Amino acid sequence: MVVVSTELQSRRADRIAGGRIPAYSAPAANGPAAATRANDGIRLDGVSRAYRDRRDASVPALAGVSLHAGHGELLAVVGPSGCGKTTLLELVCGLQAADSGVVECASAALMPQRDLLLPWLSAVDNAALALRIGGRSRAESRAQATEMFAELGLEGFENAHPHELSGGMRQRVAFLRTLLSGKGVLCLDEPFGALDAITRAEMQGWLGRALQREPRTVVLVTHDVEEAVVLADRVAVLSPRPGHVRAELGIDLPRPRSRTDSAVIALRERALVALEMGMGDATGVRGDGRGG
Amino acid sequence: MGTGAADEDGQVEYGDENLGEGHAMRRRVIDVAPALLLVLVLLGAWELYVDSGATSSSILPAPHTIAESLWGNAGLLGHNLAITAKEVLLGLALALALGFALGVLIHLSPPLRRAFYPLTVGSQAVPIAVIAPLLVFLLGFGLLPKLIVIVLICFFPVVVTTVDGLAAVDPDQLKLLRTLDASRLQAFRFAELPAALPAAISGARIAVTVGVIGAYIAESQTATSGAYSGLGREIDADLSSLQTSRAYAAAVVLFAFAIACFYSLSLIERRLAPWANQSRGDIR
Repeated sequence: MVVVSTELQSRRADRIAGGRIPAYSAPAANGPAAATRANDGIRLDGVSRAYRDRRDASVPALAGVSLHAGHGELLAVVGPSGCGKTTLLELVCGLQAADSGVVECASAALMPQRDLLLPWLSAVDNAALALRIGGRSRAESRAQATEMFAELGLEGFENAHPHELSGGMRQRVAFLRTLLSGKGVLCLDEPFGALDAITRAEMQGWLGRALQREPRTVVLVTHDVEEAVVLADRVAVLSPRPGHVRAELGIDLPRPRSRTDSAVIALRERALVALEMGMGDATGVRGDGRGG
Repeated sequence: MGTGAADEDGQVEYGDENLGEGHAMRRRVIDVAPALLLVLVLLGAWELYVDSGATSSSILPAPHTIAESLWGNAGLLGHNLAITAKEVLLGLALALALGFALGVLIHLSPPLRRAFYPLTVGSQAVPIAVIAPLLVFLLGFGLLPKLIVIVLICFFPVVVTTVDGLAAVDPDQLKLLRTLDASRLQAFRFAELPAALPAAISGARIAVTVGVIGAYIAESQTATSGAYSGLGREIDADLSSLQTSRAYAAAVVLFAFAIACFYSLSLIERRLAPWANQSRGDIR
């Protein structure tokens, strides 16, 4: 399963160059290099992770999580707060190493919960950050990012600074920054959690369309079950801490999905049941999605 | 996906509203008025106190006497201001460069931090007035010993604020840069350095005010005699020859210079680091 990384890089570079997004050739040697590269897919097998609290006691965050997302698939992870969702993403992104278990994943880019745009850079410079880190000139990076601004509804705001943008626009710039990293896997950590309901619905529609145009493997962490069902190919429901997969629902519905569609509502209900009732273990519900 | 293609949800949202010109003007007046009022009240009280005859005017001259002296000695004071200003600004520039560089080194390298930080703090406990004459013995009369005194006083606030500013960068921001494969140097350049800039400028604002005091100490401890040796020297000479009102006039010039430097740095901060005040949006 271990692929020689340079080979993978160039292969991905070819694929991505076709889609106008360049991959940069210098993955840094910093950070735990625990993640093994797979074919732009993700596989977690029996992954556990604990952290030490202030009294140096071991607090388990994840206990035997097994998940997978194939190439180009959107996997949504829902769970109660504090169930280790963010830890899960950091494992996938290689920011942490698992205590036990296997994490197989291509190089992943993280879109954090807060947009974390750099206040001293304009919107377009923020979006182009990964390109500049990859060694491109400022002008070249800006030109590349500017091309994407129109289709994200950000046209005319290229040179605005983050504090001049609305919450929804900032999230879109943060998403563009993640997308332009050229990585095959995107980890989105509650990307719309801080937005009001109307903006959130708009952004969900927009994200779905953006991913249709630029398919990537996506892990979407959210506490909003409806968001998960509307956007994802598969929904994994995590238990309270220490998190493990309580249920997995396949969602094989055509896109774009309406939140008022009866199949969507039915799946949402199943996910909610898995989330709320103590359903036991990972051997729980496995939905096929079509039923309803 | 080309540019110019209208997106289906290309809604336009706006950030801050623009404030009108007249409104900004009124804001400015409201900002300045309290300080002006306070100065007038203090000057009035001072004037009344001296006029009441409670003290000799050769010990505490009245504000109007000082103003007269300021007017009458404008040439002399202006010349001395130029000398002191040169010392302060040169010293501040050196202190900024040194302090910022040292702050960055201390931030980037824990061993250097352990090596330099205690000495940096200790440098502030050095009795400047005592070592200033020694510097003259070592380095002779002239600009250099004065600059060393000013730098010694000024660089500490710059180091401390720079180190704090560099350390205050959002750790999540650094995490994000790591997922984008940024090197240590790139993380420093894109996140830590700009994050520390407003703090370093704040350090410079503190430094310039103590730097003016430093210039006075430097001049009175190291200067040669002579008519044009800076405002600090002027104050000393006037006090010993009982020209109290001119000493006060020189102090007023020094005072105005310090305030002007402080607010110039605020303006520079708004140019260099406009993001630092964006959330408050107040005029300083």
